[in-house]
Amino acid sequence: MSERWFGAPVVRNEDPRLLAGQALFVDDVQLPGLLHAAFVRSDLAHGRIRSLDLSAARAHPGVVGVYSAEDLGDLCIAGPVLVPPPPIERLEFHARTPLPLARDRVRHVGEAIAVIVAESRYTAEDAAEAVQLDLEPLDPAVALEAALAPDAPLVHEDLASNLAAHVIQEKGDYRAAREAADRVIRRRFRYDRGVSGALENRGIVAWWDPHDGRLSVWDTTQAPIPVRNALAATFGLSESQVRVIAPFIGGGFGPKIMFYGEEIILPWISLQLGRPVKWIEDRYESFFATTQEREQIHDAELAVAADGTILGVHDEFLHDTGAYDPYGLTVPINSQCTLLGPYRVPSYYSEFRVVFTNKPIVTPVRGAGRQHGVFVIERLLDAAAGELGIDRVEIRRRNYLDPEDFPHDHQILFQDSAPLTYDSGNYAPALERAADLIGYEAFPAEQQKARDDGRHLGLGIVSYVEGTGIGPYEGARVTVEPSGTVSVVTGVGTQGQGHFTVFAQVVADQLGVDPAHVRVVTGDTMEFHWGTGTFASRGAVVAGSACHAAAQAVREKIFRLASHLLEVSEDDLELAHGRVTVKGAPDHGFDLSELAARANPLRGAVRPGTEPGLEATSYFGPDRGSTASGVHALVLEVDPETALAKILRYVVVHDCGVVINPTIVEGQIHGGVALGIGNAFYEQLHFDESGQLSNASFMDYLLPTATEVPPIVAEHIETPSPLNPLGVKGVGEAGAIPVAAAFAQAIEDALAPWGIEVLEIPLSPQRLFDLLERASGESPTEGKPGETEEVTP
Amino acid sequence: MSLVQIRVRVNGGEHEGDVEPRLLLSDFLRHELGLTGTHVGCEHGVCGACTVLLDGEPVRSCLLFAVQANGRELTTVEGLAEDGDLHPVQLAFRDAHGLQCGFCTPGILMTVVAFLREQPSPSQEQIRDVVSGHLCRCTGYQNILEAVKLAAERGSP
Repeated sequence: MSERWFGAPVVRNEDPRLLAGQALFVDDVQLPGLLHAAFVRSDLAHGRIRSLDLSAARAHPGVVGVYSAEDLGDLCIAGPVLVPPPPIERLEFHARTPLPLARDRVRHVGEAIAVIVAESRYTAEDAAEAVQLDLEPLDPAVALEAALAPDAPLVHEDLASNLAAHVIQEKGDYRAAREAADRVIRRRFRYDRGVSGALENRGIVAWWDPHDGRLSVWDTTQAPIPVRNALAATFGLSESQVRVIAPFIGGGFGPKIMFYGEEIILPWISLQLGRPVKWIEDRYESFFATTQEREQIHDAELAVAADGTILGVHDEFLHDTGAYDPYGLTVPINSQCTLLGPYRVPSYYSEFRVVFTNKPIVTPVRGAGRQHGVFVIERLLDAAAGELGIDRVEIRRRNYLDPEDFPHDHQILFQDSAPLTYDSGNYAPALERAADLIGYEAFPAEQQKARDDGRHLGLGIVSYVEGTGIGPYEGARVTVEPSGTVSVVTGVGTQGQGHFTVFAQVVADQLGVDPAHVRVVTGDTMEFHWGTGTFASRGAVVAGSACHAAAQAVREKIFRLASHLLEVSEDDLELAHGRVTVKGAPDHGFDLSELAARANPLRGAVRPGTEPGLEATSYFGPDRGSTASGVHALVLEVDPETALAKILRYVVVHDCGVVINPTIVEGQIHGGVALGIGNAFYEQLHFDESGQLSNASFMDYLLPTATEVPPIVAEHIETPSPLNPLGVKGVGEAGAIPVAAAFAQAIEDALAPWGIEVLEIPLSPQRLFDLLERASGESPTEGKPGETEEVTP
Repeated sequence: MSLVQIRVRVNGGEHEGDVEPRLLLSDFLRHELGLTGTHVGCEHGVCGACTVLLDGEPVRSCLLFAVQANGRELTTVEGLAEDGDLHPVQLAFRDAHGLQCGFCTPGILMTVVAFLREQPSPSQEQIRDVVSGHLCRCTGYQNILEAVKLAAERGSP
């Protein structure tokens, strides 16, 4: 039997290049005659362009071209909505997508107005200073709720209001559930904005080579093939004339799945000038020009029985999409769907309104709205547990779906337009294990002892699910080369997830080779030109399954050819350690390298119906996504004087189906939790009432550092997905999703003597300080209920 | 803008160049010398991705002008491996899965190499402290700390 690589903690194939500084990132691309672009962007959140005088910039030495919307001509049109909304009944959706360059109106700070092309970036930025732009300020719509007021300034003057979308999804009869409930818990929750914070900013190098008749574009995109398709359509080129390369990408986290105006403008400039041109977003620009994550306000209600059983949930929420909605409704639908969590929810009424504001655009960022749903349901369950005197672990256990409930149809539609149906799950073991690992039983004593010493410890333990691995499809081509190297090529882009290793592991098992000898190529449309991209925690699930299928097909070819050449039955052959041999006669067989050469003869007859080489291309498309799940638990200490919270221990027990590489999965979890900690406590974009962002730098916007992120204990539970041959589920976003909910519960627990309730995220030290001040003014009492309305029928 | 002639020693090799006084050291290394292993993440000295060694000490190359390196010796990530063999700190990062997208990694490696020279047997807190000068969005830092610990245990030169 061959060695099994699937499930092994294999070191990564991509690391040597990255560690040696040899991996190619977009800004590393250097071409003869390369020009450099810099953008002129709006300083105002809302304004009308009175005049734009580019003459001084054009006259600046070293400037090669200066372009505005007018120069772009027919190209300056609003692009399509990238992800059309699912077919939900009565859905209202107003698509408003940005122009590549603003023509007469700007709708958020940082909206691009003109682009300067020069011999160096320094010169381009100098010339940008010479642009004479007269912007007439218009009243901006900034705050989410206020933007829906009847007298709010209109972000899009052709619409009657700032309503971008209105969606209702429901199942069961919530009104009846409310009537039957022993308690109805009602709260208002807020979740504020942040950035994805990839360490590499966006960048594009475009090169139209007229001799070759080919447009090559190096792009920090998570979706190279859709970008290729869009560019070919835009410029009237054949798709085979456009090569989009997503080389090594310095973190994606969602915003790099978007298709941005710069991705049209840079290729267009190269087509105009016949020279290659580069644009690398700077960090300040990224705070405005790269899409951000989501601000929401939920008015939510939980109807429960006295024993804590959920009877129904009612939720109405507002979602801030910023100035445009090019990514459709993916984020709020994720919030809507993920709210149901791992629980049995017999009735659900969920209504959301998406709102235009004069702020940067919101599209998916790691978690993509799922954390909001988790925050709402987990916080409601915490409140219910408190009201009903039920243990917080117990109330979750009582409401979990049971293993025999799968597949479980939630009777609403998910973001991929498929029914929200969970494929498989087994939730209670993760909860029990997490409770054990965090020391749940012993914690009250630990907490009391700490309180006696004047320290405030709190524990949080919450559940989540994550819809992952959605379609439509991905593909892969696997080739055994005459050198013996196995090559795997797939269309997805890679941003650090370890694709070069996990795809190699998947293929290595089928072909009996060492994954170190499997060379993986991703994200180059010349290498593989079918696919959609890396998003929704789908790489391992969808592309991984395609790699598996292609490797299986090659395995079959190996056996067929070896059987023919050795004149033995395929059943008598085995494949291991790079050789196909007759069972029991290890000297009788072929190295794969030799077999690969035999499969591609230079002379002689090839049998009819035979394809040359040991190569196969396969595709995989799941009917719907697979649902991963897990439990996060933490213990933290709050200093009521400074309002700082320090996490003392953190436990994740998660289920992403069958694990391909535990080291890589744990790495994904660690990084997700760190991002979640940032979201929960440190990271917040501060917009003032004029729509100006006051903390647009890494000096002022606080990403967690090594001193803020605790050691994380991660354990795996494996409930295979029935939806793909590998049994895997996605894990890329999981770590980030439940952190805020766990954090909030732990803060409340730690500060129980003050009776505060956490209804907002991020809960910065400042906000926590305010909550403490307010609570202190009202004299601390044990278990004092929060300030929100509470309905007891 | 008038140009200034500079001469620097980078990874053991001599380099001369005529540069604008305002040219950042990071841009000089990346775009003039083609040493693109040094990355730029924030352009104002916070993220640490652009860290290189200047006369053996870690510096943020986005906060220095190329002219400030005139006559001095620089080491970048490309200078760590010897004869194609990864430096022990690089190997430890691979073995401990201390990198994901790898963008912040070169800067962290440079800081850690200098740190372990000064402090061959660091405490966990010292490791955490030195790594906290860098931003990483992928790893959650845990395996970076493990990698530094591993490199120290193995007795990195």
